[in-house]
This record gives sequence, C-alpha cells and structure tokens, in this order.
Amino acid sequence: MHLKSPDDLEQFRTRILEKRKAQDTKKRVVLCTGTGCRGAGALDVYDAFKKALGNKSDIEFKTTCCHGFCERGPITIIEPEGIFYQRVTPETVPQIIAETVKKDQMIEELLYQDPQTEEAIPAEKDIPFYKKQNRLVFGHNRLIDPTQIEDYLAVGGYQALVKALFSMSPEEIIAEVKSSGLRGRGGGGFPAGRKWESCSQAPGDVRYVICNCDEGDPGAYMDRSLMEGNPHRVLEGMIIGAYAIGAHEGYVYVRHEYPLAVENVGIAIEQAHKMGFLGENILGSGFDFDVTISKGGGAFVAGESTALMASIEGYVAEPRAKYIHTVESGLWDKPTNLNNVETWANVPVIIEKGAEWYSKIGTEGSKGTKIFSLVGKINNTGLIEVPMGMTLREIVYDIGGGIPDGKRFKAVQTGGPSGGCIPEEMLDLPVDFDALTEAGSMMGSGGMIVMDESTCMVDVAKYFTNFLKDESCGKCTSCRDGTLRMYEILDRITKGEGKEGDIELLEEIGWTTTEASLCALGGTAANPVLSTIRYFRDEYEAHIKDKRCPAGVCPALITYTIDAEACIACGKCKKECPTKAITGEKKVPHEIVQAKCIKCGTCKEVCPVDAVKVE
Amino acid sequence: MEELQELLKTYPANRHSLLRILQAAQRQMGYLPGEALREVASYVGVSPAEVYGVATFYNQFRFIPYGTHHTVVCLGTACHAMGGQLILDAFERELDIKAGEITPDHEWSLDRVGCIGCCTKAPVVVMNDAINAKMTPFKVEEVLAGLGLQLKRSTDSEGEEAGEREPQ
Repeated sequence: MHLKSPDDLEQFRTRILEKRKAQDTKKRVVLCTGTGCRGAGALDVYDAFKKALGNKSDIEFKTTCCHGFCERGPITIIEPEGIFYQRVTPETVPQIIAETVKKDQMIEELLYQDPQTEEAIPAEKDIPFYKKQNRLVFGHNRLIDPTQIEDYLAVGGYQALVKALFSMSPEEIIAEVKSSGLRGRGGGGFPAGRKWESCSQAPGDVRYVICNCDEGDPGAYMDRSLMEGNPHRVLEGMIIGAYAIGAHEGYVYVRHEYPLAVENVGIAIEQAHKMGFLGENILGSGFDFDVTISKGGGAFVAGESTALMASIEGYVAEPRAKYIHTVESGLWDKPTNLNNVETWANVPVIIEKGAEWYSKIGTEGSKGTKIFSLVGKINNTGLIEVPMGMTLREIVYDIGGGIPDGKRFKAVQTGGPSGGCIPEEMLDLPVDFDALTEAGSMMGSGGMIVMDESTCMVDVAKYFTNFLKDESCGKCTSCRDGTLRMYEILDRITKGEGKEGDIELLEEIGWTTTEASLCALGGTAANPVLSTIRYFRDEYEAHIKDKRCPAGVCPALITYTIDAEACIACGKCKKECPTKAITGEKKVPHEIVQAKCIKCGTCKEVCPVDAVKVE
Repeated sequence: MEELQELLKTYPANRHSLLRILQAAQRQMGYLPGEALREVASYVGVSPAEVYGVATFYNQFRFIPYGTHHTVVCLGTACHAMGGQLILDAFERELDIKAGEITPDHEWSLDRVGCIGCCTKAPVVVMNDAINAKMTPFKVEEVLAGLGLQLKRSTDSEGEEAGEREPQ
C-alpha cells in the first residue's frame, strides 16, 4: 500500500481504527520483549504464550519493546482491562490464560505490590513508579509493536508530518521548534531550533540530517529503548527536520551493540518506504528524503558529532576542531544537522501540539520532558520520563522507591562518564540542563546511577577515568595523557599507596585536561574526578592518610573476616572459596586465611547467616 | 578468502564502505585475519596499514577467533556499581585468560564491553549471545560448570564434612 496523499493516509488510518474498534472488547495479551525484559527471560515467556495460545485467533497476542519498569520484567499487560503483570515466568503463562484471559480473574501474586501498604495494584497508571511521570515521548511504547507500522498510525503517527509538509513552510517549522525551547537531548543541550536554522541557511545544495544513536554512556539506554520500541516516531522527527532544513539524505548511526535497535529501525525504514513516508515525493508533497543505517563500531568518542561523521565516512572516529561548525561543513564537508534519538522523537509532538503547549512543560531554560535511566542502588530501576525541573529527591524516592536494604543514599551520578556525582545535601536540586551543570555535573544523555553508602567514590572516579582513558581517541595530549595520569594516581590511592599532594595533583591535571582538550570528551573527562573531590574529599583523605576505604570496596584496603559468633559452620563458604582460603572443621567456626584471600566476595554471597564481614 | 571476494563485490569500492565491509567480513569469518585486512585494503583502495588503523580503533573488531563459548562481561556504570569487576575477575580466574583472550583449546574466549544497556539487571554477562542477569562470582562458576568447564576449586566434598551447626 503506497500512500500518495494526506487523504490516502487518513483513509488508511480510519480503516485501521475501525478494524481495531470492532475488536476493542476482545482479549489481548501484550508482552514486553525489550532488551531489559529479555534479560529477565521474556523470550521464554514468549514461547510459552505462543505454545499455550496456539493458532487460536480469539485471543490476540502482541509483543512490544520497553515499557520502562525493567526491574519488574518480563512485563505482561492484559487488555482491554489493562492488568499489569510483572515478573512473569513461562510457568505462570497457562495460569494467566486460564484465569485472567478466560475467566477475568486477577492473579494476585503477579500484580505489583506497593512496598509501603502491601496492597496489590492492578493498573500500570496507579503504580507509584509511573504516577509522577509524564510519558510524552516514551508513553506510546507500550501500545506499539515496533515491527507494525499500523500500530504507529493507530496512535496518530505521521500526523505531524502531514501538518509540516502541507500546512507549514520550512521557516515556520524552524520557528516552531525554536520557540518550543527544545534543547538537544544527547548531552550538549544546544537549542535544536537554532541548529536547524544555521544548517538551513548554510550555503550549498546538498545537506544531511543525522540521527545519533551511538548511545555510548554506560548506564543509559533510553535511546536504545526508543529506537527499539518506537522507531517510526524517530523517523517522523527526522523527515520533518529534513524538510525544514532542506536535506534529502539522512543517516541513522546506531551502535552495533544494539542489534535489536538496528533490526527494528531497519524494518521501520523499509515499511516507511513502502507506504510512502520515505523516498520520492513523500505523500505527494514533492519532497524527497531517504534514510540509510550506519552501524557504529563500538567507540565511545563516536558519539561526538564530528567523530561520528568521520566514522560514517569510513575513517577512525576522531573529533576535529569545531571553529567551523558541522551545520556549515559536516558530513563530506556539507552542511549537516545532527540530533540525538530523543531530540528527534520530541519533534512530532512539538509540531502536532504546537510550541506554546510544549513550552509549558519544564523549567525556564529547559523545556519538555527528559527520559532518564534510573539504575544502580535503587529499588525501582528502569526508564523514567519526567518534566524538566523535577527534584532529584522526587526521582529517587517517589519514583525510584528509595534505596534497597535500608541503606543510606550517598550520591547520584548523572551525565555518563563525563558527568559528576551529586551528593545527598543537593537532593532538592531541580533537574534541568543548567542546574546540573552548575552542580559540577551535566545532563548528558540521561543516565542516573544511584549510589549508596557501600559505593566508594574514589573507586567510582577511578572507574570512569579508566573508561575515558580507554576511549580517548588520543588526538589531544591533554586528554590522552591527562586521563591516563589521573587513572594512575587514582589506582595508587585505591591500592593504599596514595601520597600527600595527590588530591591537588589530580585537580591540576583535571583542570588542564578540561581546558586544553579539543572535544567534549576531553573537556569533561575530569568531571568524575573533580566532582567527587568537591563533594567527597574526606573519602579521598581516608584512602590516602588512613589507608582505609570507608565504603569497604577497594580490595587492597579491606579484609574479609568471619564472625565466629554468627558462623554456623555449615561449610558452604569453605566449599565455594575459589582459593581454598577458608579453614574450619565440623562444628568449628570457619576462618579466612588472609594470605590466600583474593577478596572475590564469594563467601559473603553464599553465607546463609550473613556472618562474613568486610572492613 | 573466496567467500570474502564474493562479499566484497556487494559493496561499492570506496572509503565510505570501509566500516560496513569490515563489519560484514567479521560476520562472515568471526574475526578479521591479516589476510582479510589486506584483501579489504586492496578492494577499497587504501593501504593495509590504514585499514588496520581503522579496525584497531573500533572495539568491535577482533583479530583472534571466538571460542566455542564466547563470554562478554559488561562493565558499564550500573554493572560496575553492582560488582561487575568481581564478575570479570571470576571469569579470568576460572578460564585462566584475560579479557580479549582465548583459551589454547579454542573452547573459551572472553571480552569486556562498556555497556550493553541492560542496566536494570546488573551485573550482566552475555554468554553465547544470551543475557545472564544479576551475576555473582558464585553464579559465574555455576554457569561455567554447566557449560562443561572443569572448575579450579576441587569438586570433592571436603566442605560438607564440616557438617551443620544449628544457628545460635
């Protein structure tokens, strides 16, 4: 079916909606098979449903990608009632079909239970994790099978494209995006409308648009989940952008580590082509646009815009100086507009509902919503979408449900490897681009890694610096050597070999790395070190002066011991110890021979009575 | 190499194709032997050193084959915070190789990755393309033993002799 005009599209949409309305009261089983749920066994659940339902068509079975609450996966929703089942296993599938689908009986054990009231909550929207969210961009994921373009059309997909192509001029679109206040969601936070405007005005006939899905920030996966779960929305944003800017070719640059995203966007492009949303004369508007997928090779720095363009061209992903902007001379030296996945996905809603509506969400300087991946030492891990300006406290405690095992919150790390750690006393910080930067961190692509009292901040700084030293492309000495030297010093400190003056030296190298490096990777590489020194200097001093790791993390500074009082001499730790470092006979409390102990933590893990202590 | 020749023909012979060709070649062969790099270089029309430079820049490319069982340990931030390093240590200890290496019998190979974006299940490892969630050093041993590895620690019943003592 090739749609040749907006009328064709609306007729097609009406047919889909009518067909669906007729089936509205029919039972539907919706299973999330996003990467998070797959990690929890969703594909086995899929097989179980397929087997149990057979080819009987009275019950519709549908798969989607990420719903966000990955902690509780695999997630299954029974429609039309919207019953939210969590941690579904293949064994519970026959029960779900027999009781809920066939007899309308809810299975209490599979419902989400409120940790405070212990009440079972049947509907997704009533679960505290979802309650405070505003799922403007991410919300459709649960309704869409990403391989079915009809699903996207059923929720109003490509309506914004029609509005843009047939009732707006390119200038009007750019003006709309400008006044919406949309800022780039990939990290820099540059106003998207201004970028589009510069690119559209740059001299030249050929222009490119690029979608950056090289989500390299460890701990962030919102771009993957959007690309996997709702690729048409990203494409729609790109087509609108290309029309506004005057580009006829676009690239989607996806990490090769995201095979499902590559697959789903590939299917989406093919479908969009067939239906007439891509290719020549889109919907009869006279506008031509095509998108090609370019798979990344696994280099963190390739997420930097100039490096990414070099990578598409077939070169090593080294950034270049940007005194000539990419909007003037980017891919193959042509004017190029690059935005990240989430930025593109915001475009359709801005065009559809208007800048005025959109800019009411958020804060003065940061409009709209932001998707964060809330992970680490927190109860409700997953993807959340909240209006800009929500406080960290609301995010961590109201949505995230606080810290597990009664431990104490210590810090939240935002902004990826080049971001910083924000301490407890700043929990009331409203989260937006400017507030985070002021606090010594940054928005980045939206990773939020929560740390509790058992996280060592020096170890965290060492971890990020190690990552950055490996990922530095090596072009600038300040970044190549700066990250390496900082790592060496941090490594020494965590091994108990820290010296007086190390902190000051770290600050000095950090400052130089920040000031003298070309791209944002080097320019922010010292953030993890500098922000942890700023807020957790006492921990550095404990490592250096007292040779002590207060959080009990750094192997060289801790010892594992067995509490003889608590030990029940069950022999488990002795049996499992990989270096046979544990002694003890029948009915005799066990002991760890320190010389043999490699501090792997196995004994602590297998101990049934928590008798293994770390100091 | 004949298959590689066939594969090359499906791509335009220009610089823009280089990354895509290397990716496809690796998919075909499992890794990139030196000979393949030279073939790709002559097809694209750049020096072998240039191709090698590009291939070694990106983490994706390997120059040794995969083992029968290939393990990738995720060391993303969430995985690190949840003990990912201990997981890598456990694999290195049991397999007696470092990340990026393969055992002499070509049965086991080990790699690390920056992040696979499965952060809510941290720490995770990907073994033979399947995700293993919420790993612990002990689970590493279990999984490896399940795949047929003779574990380092003896499997005799020494530990059980210690017997049980009731909790006090």
